[in-house]
Amino acid sequence: MNISGNPWIWVSALMSLAIFSFLYRDNPFYRFAEHVFVGVANGWAVTFYWHNVLAPSLFDPLFRQGQLYYIIPFAAGMLYFTRFIPRVSWLVRIPIGLYMGYYVGVSIPATIQAYIIKQVQGTILSAQNFQAWNAGNAGVVWSIILFIGVICTVSYFFFSREHKGVLGLSARVGIIFVMIGFGAAFGYTVMARISLLIGRLQFLLGPWLGIIE
Amino acid sequence: MKKTFPLILVFVFGILGIIPFFVPHPFIQNSDEFLRNEFLRILAAFALVLGLGSLLRVHIDKIKRKRENWQYSWILIITFVISSVIGLFGGVRGTGILPTTIGTFQFDIWTIYWNVAVPLGSTMFALLAFFMASAAYRAFRVRSTEATLLLAAAFIVMIGVLPLGDRVSPHLPSFAQWIMDVPNVAGQRGILFGVALGVLATALKIILGIERSWLGGGGK
Repeated sequence: MNISGNPWIWVSALMSLAIFSFLYRDNPFYRFAEHVFVGVANGWAVTFYWHNVLAPSLFDPLFRQGQLYYIIPFAAGMLYFTRFIPRVSWLVRIPIGLYMGYYVGVSIPATIQAYIIKQVQGTILSAQNFQAWNAGNAGVVWSIILFIGVICTVSYFFFSREHKGVLGLSARVGIIFVMIGFGAAFGYTVMARISLLIGRLQFLLGPWLGIIE
Repeated sequence: MKKTFPLILVFVFGILGIIPFFVPHPFIQNSDEFLRNEFLRILAAFALVLGLGSLLRVHIDKIKRKRENWQYSWILIITFVISSVIGLFGGVRGTGILPTTIGTFQFDIWTIYWNVAVPLGSTMFALLAFFMASAAYRAFRVRSTEATLLLAAAFIVMIGVLPLGDRVSPHLPSFAQWIMDVPNVAGQRGILFGVALGVLATALKIILGIERSWLGGGGK
């Protein structure tokens, strides 16, 4: 056992233990660590946005290099603060509208391209998709299963008609695929969390307590 | 004016967001790059300041009214102010005007972030492993076909990615991968189509001014 003498290692370790104490129940140590987390994370965010966005992209060009057109984003950004002045609080809609309008516009072709066209391309029964599996004849079977699975899953979410007859059958098959999908996603998420847990335990037993290398 | 002008802006900027996707002309692409990487990035930074203002307001109000657990709000405000001052004046890696070392002890914002925020964040997410295990146990108690399928898929995927899976059966890792590649993709893709149609419908409603809840105050 070779306990660390680095104060930052001690801070990390004690904070980690404070968070783990929530497994017993909500307690003052957990709440302390939780509030420290929010405070420090936001302090970091302020630093990040200042040094990476506001200083180099706004204040330096505007006030040091005299690029006056930067007054437009500056003025638009300042309008966010009208939120705190009831008489003119409606002006906050301007920066929100600019930002949201642009990204909503961007999302239309991007969604069509990535979530519809590409997904349909990957689903249709084509020679290219059969070969994409690199599994010989099995690739044909897997492509057919995938195709049926997608059609049935979509039919499960079709609520304009009662799920009876053919629609009922396909919806029933669809829910099987949905549940397997949720299960797989659940399993992967659990494994990701477990790997984080292992990382924390390795930290506590390694750099902090020096029990493992 | 209070309502119409923001709606016009949303429409105009919505169109400006769509055009660069279809027009590869350098003028359009360069203008789009400026709009996206300069103008809107600055707006996002201001939005963060607004969010932080709201956070501080909530906690100052909590302290003033001495609401339940108000003492912890002091912890949040103090750690926020200290880390912000160190970050703003000390520079990200201690290159600013504020000294961020005492002897060999460093306390620049990068060191604070890596030794406080990162371990706290990963421990919080690690904690979720226990709660997810508890949720899985509850789901298993439902004993329906769907719940069984969900847990069977989760179990196979979890065991399949571990070295143990290969010991149980040499086919288990490839079966887990098959579940991820075929039935999982089919289910997720079906859901994705629905999500995409929902995104498109909502985006069009916002650009055309049909959806106005973002205006706040009932759209007045």
